[in-house]
Amino acid sequence: MNHLKAVNQKAERIERHVAGDAMDVEALQSPMSGGPHIPLGCSLVFSPGWEVDASGGTAGLCQPVERDLFDCHLACFWPAHVPDQLNHAPDWTGKCASAQKDWRKIDLVFP
Amino acid sequence: MSGVAEASLARPGAAAAGSSPRGQGRRGGGRVLLAQREFHPFEAGGETFVYLVPSAGVFRLDGAARGVLEALDAGPAAEEDLVASLGGRFGPERVRRSVRELREVRAVGVASQPPDPVPRVLPQAGFPLTTMVLNVTNKCNLACTYCYEYGEDKIVDTECSPAPNYMSEETARKSVDFMLAESGPLPVAHLTFFGGETLLNFKVLRKALAYAREKGREAGKRVECSLTTNATLLREDVIDWLVENDVGVTVSIDGPKEMQDKFRVFKNGTGSYAHVLPKIRMLIERHRTRPVGARVTLTRHTLDATRIFRHLREELGFWEVGFAPVTTADGRDYAIEDDGFARMLAQFEELAAGFLDCAVEGRHHGFSNVKDTLEEIHKGVSKAFPCGAGLGLMGVATDGEVALCHRFAGSGDHGIGSVDEGVDRKRQFEFLERHHVAHKTDCSRCWARPLCAGGCYHEAHVRYGDTGKANLHYCDWIRSWTDTCLKVYGEISVKNPDYLKRFDA
Repeated sequence: MNHLKAVNQKAERIERHVAGDAMDVEALQSPMSGGPHIPLGCSLVFSPGWEVDASGGTAGLCQPVERDLFDCHLACFWPAHVPDQLNHAPDWTGKCASAQKDWRKIDLVFP
Repeated sequence: MSGVAEASLARPGAAAAGSSPRGQGRRGGGRVLLAQREFHPFEAGGETFVYLVPSAGVFRLDGAARGVLEALDAGPAAEEDLVASLGGRFGPERVRRSVRELREVRAVGVASQPPDPVPRVLPQAGFPLTTMVLNVTNKCNLACTYCYEYGEDKIVDTECSPAPNYMSEETARKSVDFMLAESGPLPVAHLTFFGGETLLNFKVLRKALAYAREKGREAGKRVECSLTTNATLLREDVIDWLVENDVGVTVSIDGPKEMQDKFRVFKNGTGSYAHVLPKIRMLIERHRTRPVGARVTLTRHTLDATRIFRHLREELGFWEVGFAPVTTADGRDYAIEDDGFARMLAQFEELAAGFLDCAVEGRHHGFSNVKDTLEEIHKGVSKAFPCGAGLGLMGVATDGEVALCHRFAGSGDHGIGSVDEGVDRKRQFEFLERHHVAHKTDCSRCWARPLCAGGCYHEAHVRYGDTGKANLHYCDWIRSWTDTCLKVYGEISVKNPDYLKRFDA
């Protein structure tokens, strides 16, 4: 931290905790040595679909919840419950130009 | 800090709970509004600090972080507003980083978010016993009028109680077995003798300690021992025994002659000062293995802590002097009330200033009230319970009944087991559940709760008839005193940070 200096032992623990939090996402980053920092994955991009708005609903989110389908499909390498677009289902969302309107057109995929 | 003042402490709660969270959080075109969370700001050694609540972390702020908190004094604002108003002074990037860091430590949060609920985590069953206080007798050869054990506010009728006046050797041995068993995996067990006047049962306590050391060795544990006495029965052979057995001694004494003799009197009414003075001198001169401390009870009529301290520390040579205001129901003649707390605070502040001067130069001072609080601040203690009573500390009455602490020893209403049958886990659990700070709604908005947690159960019982009640009669005093100790801590951290390493362990 640059603007706060931990003075007591508890503050040092908080500082370590905060630093630890930041280190949790190392696996999702490009190699730490050299190269630009390209964040990948839904934990690093703003994916409001997983959340709720201030009223507890989803209407007030700044991006539609349906966008989540694409987050898991394209941006994330975690084994999510969506088809693998690299090998088996490259056209899974081919008929879905706008997620909010067309999400019903997403194909069924059988393994 | 001129902006972040005491009044700002109420604001985070007010912002979150007062008006519509939606309106607060999303006002201004969907921007996230930020607000102060709970903390206590203080200035010391020319620097600005925050004491975070409830984490009890202490952070020093630089100009930009301080500027952000001051700007939020006026109410919630979006990060961009802060950058706009402070960017010229500190640079936009520094303002953004300050906001991020303040959010990370939770000094600042989203205005629409309600405060975090108080976590109500109970200690796991089988929490080890650190200290056992053994009331080896409930008799005393003095008749101090304010005494919580025999005075107007006593909770145990020792005259009519079936419990023996003196603990038997057998009960003492069983108590030691109980202590060692309950200390679980801990390598050290602390045995403290208490009374009545402890030394009235010297015969049993010396045997109890010999037994504890022997059994401790067998169990691979070290047994540390201390006792509290009124010093009337100290003799050469007793002192030799204390020295040889490495027993820490605390003497109950109220100060110079006129103060000691005001309340600490023999049963015929004569003061005890002249009687105890040569004995105390002998004790301090000969007992070199452990520091000898003095424990002072302050009353309305003996409210001169600075003079008492000077007499006990400088003239008599006690290593440490600790003060506690007398425990009393409302309205007693000797009770400290109203302006008495302000007077006591002013004297404590004077002593704390002396402590600070010594600490900056790396010297010992001896005002233990400051030292104890500094240690808790340094470690960042955030208490779920005001003290270890009924948890890491228990008191044993003369008949072997186990109570929350020595102050409740002998009181059936506050018993949690016996040395024969062990701790009654159900009663212990019920006690802990009911006395958790999360239940003290009076404390929920107080920034001093990580250190105070509502205060002494016995005080609350005497004052309000309920151990679970927060001691509201000294809230202002506790907050002022905690603020003083935080400032002492902050200044030491600036001027002689090495001094604080002694509290690391």
